[in-house]
Amino acid sequence: MPPPEIASGELVANLFRHEAGRLVAGLGRLFGPGNVDLAEDVVQDTLAAALEAWRYQVPDNPSAWLTRAARNRAIDVLRRRSTHRRFAEEYAVDLSSGWTASFTISEAQAERTADENQLRMMLTLCHPELNGDTHVALVLKYLCGFSAKELADAFLSTEETTNKRLARGKAKLRGLGSLVPVDELTDATGSAQASLLRALYLLFNEGYHGNNPSSPIRITLCEEAMRMVAMLIRAARGPVPAAHALAALMHFHFARINGRLDAEGVYVSLEDQDRSLWDAGLIAAGIKHLNQSAEGEALSAYHLEAGIACQHCLGSSVAATDWGQILSLYELLSQIQPSPLIALNVAMVRAMLGESETALSAVAALADEPALQRSPFFWAARA
Amino acid sequence: MAKYMMIFRGGMGARQDSTASPDQMQAHMQKWFAWIGGMRAQTEVTGDPLQNGGATIKGPGKTVTDGSYAELKDLVSGFLIVGADSQDAANEMAKGCPIFEDDSGSVEVRRVMDMGDH
Repeated sequence: MPPPEIASGELVANLFRHEAGRLVAGLGRLFGPGNVDLAEDVVQDTLAAALEAWRYQVPDNPSAWLTRAARNRAIDVLRRRSTHRRFAEEYAVDLSSGWTASFTISEAQAERTADENQLRMMLTLCHPELNGDTHVALVLKYLCGFSAKELADAFLSTEETTNKRLARGKAKLRGLGSLVPVDELTDATGSAQASLLRALYLLFNEGYHGNNPSSPIRITLCEEAMRMVAMLIRAARGPVPAAHALAALMHFHFARINGRLDAEGVYVSLEDQDRSLWDAGLIAAGIKHLNQSAEGEALSAYHLEAGIACQHCLGSSVAATDWGQILSLYELLSQIQPSPLIALNVAMVRAMLGESETALSAVAALADEPALQRSPFFWAARA
Repeated sequence: MAKYMMIFRGGMGARQDSTASPDQMQAHMQKWFAWIGGMRAQTEVTGDPLQNGGATIKGPGKTVTDGSYAELKDLVSGFLIVGADSQDAANEMAKGCPIFEDDSGSVEVRRVMDMGDH
């Protein structure tokens, strides 16, 4: 039989990165959080095999091809290493026999569990005893397929610093027997939800307010944060109002990303932004999330920030914006999460409302705040 | 026009110690698509990847050994057969192969013999 004619291939953008996240989460569930590196090795090997095979012909269902390839490699790994590795507690018995292992691996990787696996991995990586920067680094590495070099580039940091941060995170994961269960997300008394949402908030902000706003990687960070929040909401077994509020906030910000910079990549002031560049579809999606965030009693900072961003989106101009509404949202925000930056925002909104005297004295009182000395917004506000 | 076989060894996908990120691997694969697509626009291109593993059978005793003789980096990972006017022309086509982005990559270019050849 003659070899088949080579078909020219085209892959969906980010396919490998997103598949890497899905596969690492599925294998991490089996191998346990302590073996996340092993899961990553298997995935790396799987993608390398795809690199060799797909150049001749891309399979009809790339995702299924990768799942099968990863499963076969996982079975090999289990055969070779099961004697001196401790796998996830919940699967320890099933994986100890070669006969049941194959079935168990297929189950853990099944399409319907993909979101759940990734949510569990997110909850596990955002361990409350690790700091926000470490959460963001771990999430980007294991769920978004970033290399240490790409992480260092994204954070204008060095690979060494990034690797140290990841090592700290992995040391913590080593002590855990299984991925954190999904129910932790909706457990109001637990800290898992708070630290996960905060990590995604930081990830989005890193992209949105990063030091190099015209860099394409920054947009990627925002998109990844939004993809994760959406996945979290899909996989949650119960109401997640704060996650909806965070999703709303991200939508309202991201909708305006095109008006924020001019052709040279310089920030455009709110007054001069061309509001026709704002994305009405994203704003509408944000409003939908904001409505869903109203479920439940708790009012989070994300609710208030989303409310403020929503007001900005709804105004047809700076003059037509409901500054009174924004002021009351900021004042609530400064009660539940006092910070010099929020105090500065309150002062600026007062200035918009014509209360210049109150605003000026408030800004003057903030002049010694070390946190603000580094904020370009503070100096702009003083001016 | 004669037929030439390009035999691939090594390269990014064959490395066990690869530190390439998923993004880099995908970008690398897109280059293969572009390279093969470019050749297809000019000539017929066929070929297949080869799986690692397999077996080697040798000697009058037909002794079967699992795997290949080669180290991983020397394993043939696949081949293409392309039409080209001369060995030089086929070599030039092979030089466009993205396999050379990694130090370990090589392409062996061999003319496929036909009955008219001596």
